[in-house]
Amino acid sequence: MHLHGTAVDVAAPARVRSTRARLSTRLRSRSAIGLLMCLPLLAVIVGLVVYPFFYAIYLSLLNKRETAFIGLDNYRFLLSRDTFWLVVRTSFLFTFVAVLWKAILGLTLALVIHTLPTRGQRIWRGLSLIPWVMPLALSSLGWWWIYEPTHSSLNWLLALFGVNPKPWLSDPFWARVAVILVNVWYGTPFFMITYLAGLKSIPQELYESSDIDGASGPQQLRYITLPMLKNIIAITLLFSTIVTLATFDIVRVLTRGGPRNYTHLFGTYAFELGIASGDVPLGAAVSLFMFPILAVSAFFILRGIRRSTA
Amino acid sequence: MIRSRRSRRTTALFVCYGAIALFMLFFLFPPYWMAITSLKTNQEIESLKGIPLIIQEGVTLRHYRDLFAKTDFLVYFKNSVLVTVPVVLLSMAISILAAYGLSRLGFAGAAVIGTGVFLVYLVPDSLLFIPFFKILAWLGLLNSKWALVVVYPTAIVPFCTWLLIGYFASIPKELDEAALVDGANHLQMLLRIFLPVAVPGIIAATIFAFTVSWSAFLYPLAFTFSSNQQVLTAGTVTSLIKGDVYHWGGLMAGALLACLPPVLLYVFLMDYYISGLTAGSTKA
Repeated sequence: MHLHGTAVDVAAPARVRSTRARLSTRLRSRSAIGLLMCLPLLAVIVGLVVYPFFYAIYLSLLNKRETAFIGLDNYRFLLSRDTFWLVVRTSFLFTFVAVLWKAILGLTLALVIHTLPTRGQRIWRGLSLIPWVMPLALSSLGWWWIYEPTHSSLNWLLALFGVNPKPWLSDPFWARVAVILVNVWYGTPFFMITYLAGLKSIPQELYESSDIDGASGPQQLRYITLPMLKNIIAITLLFSTIVTLATFDIVRVLTRGGPRNYTHLFGTYAFELGIASGDVPLGAAVSLFMFPILAVSAFFILRGIRRSTA
Repeated sequence: MIRSRRSRRTTALFVCYGAIALFMLFFLFPPYWMAITSLKTNQEIESLKGIPLIIQEGVTLRHYRDLFAKTDFLVYFKNSVLVTVPVVLLSMAISILAAYGLSRLGFAGAAVIGTGVFLVYLVPDSLLFIPFFKILAWLGLLNSKWALVVVYPTAIVPFCTWLLIGYFASIPKELDEAALVDGANHLQMLLRIFLPVAVPGIIAATIFAFTVSWSAFLYPLAFTFSSNQQVLTAGTVTSLIKGDVYHWGGLMAGALLACLPPVLLYVFLMDYYISGLTAGSTKA
């Protein structure tokens, strides 16, 4: 869930293939060594991702005691349950709202830092990444204490501005807000750092010549900055969609899916059913519902990268 | 004209510093609140009077002392180290070999593997933990911290490989070709010539491997149950919370200390961290 960093460099291996002509024997030994060096990697990919993935599909087709093959009954069962549909709605709502806010705030912060004098940028950029560096399960614990009903420091702060205390974590609406807020807190730095790198790569001459033409700040943003960042914005959004949809830590620590299942996401609900209640096949079925969304996002990310490196 | 542009610049800076202040308040409030809670006496934490955002009744280190003396915190810490060190070493060895092979020894299928590495990285832990639960049970590794050494490389190896492929590609080919012409074999070349040049990229990848391994929460929560097998994240969240009375001071002290290793690493190696994070995005 970390490290969505180099989303963009996937086309690298294709670029760097050897082009020198060499003796064919030399070439053959070269590729043999290359393949040999990749064997541990292939073992990790096959053993820790491909095999478990297909095993999850197999598991999801079994009954609760894993003694009989029941086809798609687990999926049918889930689709007939209101709780599952609540999880689906919450997952989509959470992902959409959280990614949108992270993108808006991340872009704002990147623009703000980019405007500051260069020597000051380092410290602000460095401090901004703190939420992203802290282990999320532990910072969620801190947020839990911020939301705690009687001692909530957030409510105390809100009271300064004359806002009534909110029942964070115990009311369905505010619990969802609370969970999204923590995700935005955690993820905004990643958006900022990616967008800031993008901003730095825009040629300065574009701004200088538009200055001479008398373009205003908002015009430059609309006609230079955003078009130049289009690809990075799209790839980061898709990437974050995957990571946000797969969120587990925040919800598990803050609400455990409550109140009344209103904050369960696919991951936490799968954990609840599969590990906590011991129905592994049903849990596997829940987590596999994430797959179509992951696959579509991955497809578009790859396309975006291909396009930008072509 | 020039004057108006200068005043425009001043206004922009003014707005920017205001915005930065708000962002910093948002980003740094949680760690600040955790830190002052961990230093307050229990009476002050419970008290609803006064200003909660500052320490008024004196600083106490009791929560930290209790953490070491009365809880399993040090056991979790030791377990985190015991899991993280082999995971980082193993993942880096696998990633460096693969990244070198993929970026330097072009062979049929290298591009396919490169794309595969990227796709694999996108498969989240919240999709894989259920089959892992069955597989680890079958291996007899449930409720063992060594189970974590088996599963953590899932996300770490693809990411580090991919980061290193990008980094290795930026090293001039002439370097290794010259060494090979001189008769070095690929392994010698990799160890003696290539790696020393690639140190910044390797540091960036190592920081990531460490941070991901240290921060993992879902896997330890799902696969370890006993206090003596738990790592810091899952241990702090599950075992330090006992009964109905939450000991917020101790809990915050534990959470903060557990955050310290990755945060310190970040503070001292920030430039590597950020270069790893943004590698490639500027090329797009």
